[in-house]
Amino acid sequence: MSTDKKEREPMFSAKNVKLLTSPLNLNNPITVQVLGICSALAVTAKLKPAIVMTLSVMIVTGVSNFVVSLLRNGIPPRIRIIVQLVVVATLVILVDQLLKAFLFDVSKQLSVFVGLIITNCIIMGRLEAFAMSNKPWPAFLDGIGNGLGYGLILITVAFFRELFGSGTLFDIQIVPQSLYNMGYVNNGLMILPPMALITVGVIIWVQRYYNRSLIEK
Amino acid sequence: MHEIFNIFIKSIFVDNMIFAYFLGMCSYLAVSKTVDTSVGLGAAVIFVLGITVPINYLLNEYILKPGAMVWLDAQFASVDLSFLSFIIFIAVIAAMVQLVEMVVEKFSPSLYSSLGIFLPLIAVNCAILGGSLFMQERDYQTLGQATAFGLGSGVGWFLAIVAIAAIREKIRYSNVPPALRGIGITFILTGLMGIAFMSFLGIKL
Repeated sequence: MSTDKKEREPMFSAKNVKLLTSPLNLNNPITVQVLGICSALAVTAKLKPAIVMTLSVMIVTGVSNFVVSLLRNGIPPRIRIIVQLVVVATLVILVDQLLKAFLFDVSKQLSVFVGLIITNCIIMGRLEAFAMSNKPWPAFLDGIGNGLGYGLILITVAFFRELFGSGTLFDIQIVPQSLYNMGYVNNGLMILPPMALITVGVIIWVQRYYNRSLIEK
Repeated sequence: MHEIFNIFIKSIFVDNMIFAYFLGMCSYLAVSKTVDTSVGLGAAVIFVLGITVPINYLLNEYILKPGAMVWLDAQFASVDLSFLSFIIFIAVIAAMVQLVEMVVEKFSPSLYSSLGIFLPLIAVNCAILGGSLFMQERDYQTLGQATAFGLGSGVGWFLAIVAIAAIREKIRYSNVPPALRGIGITFILTGLMGIAFMSFLGIKL
C-alpha cells in the first residue's frame, strides 16, 4: 500500500484530537448533522437509561467504524450497505446480550431501542462519510467522538427532563421536600415524549445563538 | 376482525411512529421540505412496512421464538434463537427493499421514477426496523393483526410527514428567529403536533 511510505503520525496528533472534539459542538451529530434522532429522544425521560444508551452507541460507532475501515478496500461498492449492516447488527447483538446479562432493568426500559441502534443514522452516516475513506485509527476516533457528541445532547435532555419532570436525578430526590410542602408540583408534561423534541429544539436554538455560522438561510 | 381494525386505528393515531416513538426521524426531518417528495417517501414507507412486518412475523413465529421450531421436530422445543432476531430482521428488510425496488422498476416505471430514489433510503429507516421489533415485543396473535399493525404504522408515518411538510412550506413566509430557522423550529413544531396527537390517547373501538 502506498500509505506505508508516509511517516507515521502520532496517535493523538492535532488532527486526530480534532476528530474527537469537533462532534461535541460545531459538528454535533444531533443538532448540526441531524442524525440519530430516532433513538435519541425516546430514552431521555431518565438519566440512567440515557447514559447506558450513550455508552452503547459510543461503543458501536467506534468499533463499527474501525472494522469497516479495516474492510474498506475489500468491500464491493454495490453491496456495501448490506456489509455495513451486518457488521453493525453483530455488534448490536453483542451489546444487547451484555445489557441483558448485567443491566437487566435498564435493558427492559430501553426495550426495542437497543435493537434500533442498528438503523441509527449516526452509525450509517459516519460509516459512509468517514470510515469508507479513512484509516482505522482516525475512523475509530471519529466514531467515539460522534458517540460522545450524541451522548452530550442525550444527557443534557435527560438531565432537564428528569429534574423538572420527576424532581430527581439518577432516581435520587433533588427538589427538597419543603418545596413540595409549599405547593411545588412536578411538571408531568416533561415526562411525555413531545417535550423531548421541544427540549432539543431549545438546545439547537441556544447553540445557534452562540455559533452564528450554523444559522440556516 | 374487530380486533384487527382496532389495532389498525390504534397504530395510526395513538401509537404513532413519529409522535409517540420518534422512529424514522432522520428521513422525516430530511425529506419534509416539500409536500410532493414527502408523499412519495410516505407511500414507500407504508408499502415496505406492510410487507416486512408480516414476513418478520412469520419468521419470528416459526423460527426465532423460544420453542418455535417445534413444528419441525419435538426435540427442538428448547431451542431459543431470539438473539438472532436483529440480524434476521434487518437482512429481511434490506432484501425486501431491494426486491421491491426491482419489481417496481420492472412493472411500473412511472411509480419507480416517483418512489425510486426513496426506496434505498428506507432500508436504514428506523421506522421499518422499529415496526418489526415492536411487533415482536407486543406479541401479536395472528398474521392479520401483525399486517394491520404494519400498515397502520405506515399510514401514521405518512400522515405525520405530509402534515409537517405542509407546515414547513407555509412557515417559510413567517418571521422565525434566525437561530431557530430550519431544523430548530421543525423540532418544536413536531413536539407541538405530538402534544396535539396525544388527545387521541385512550381511543378504543
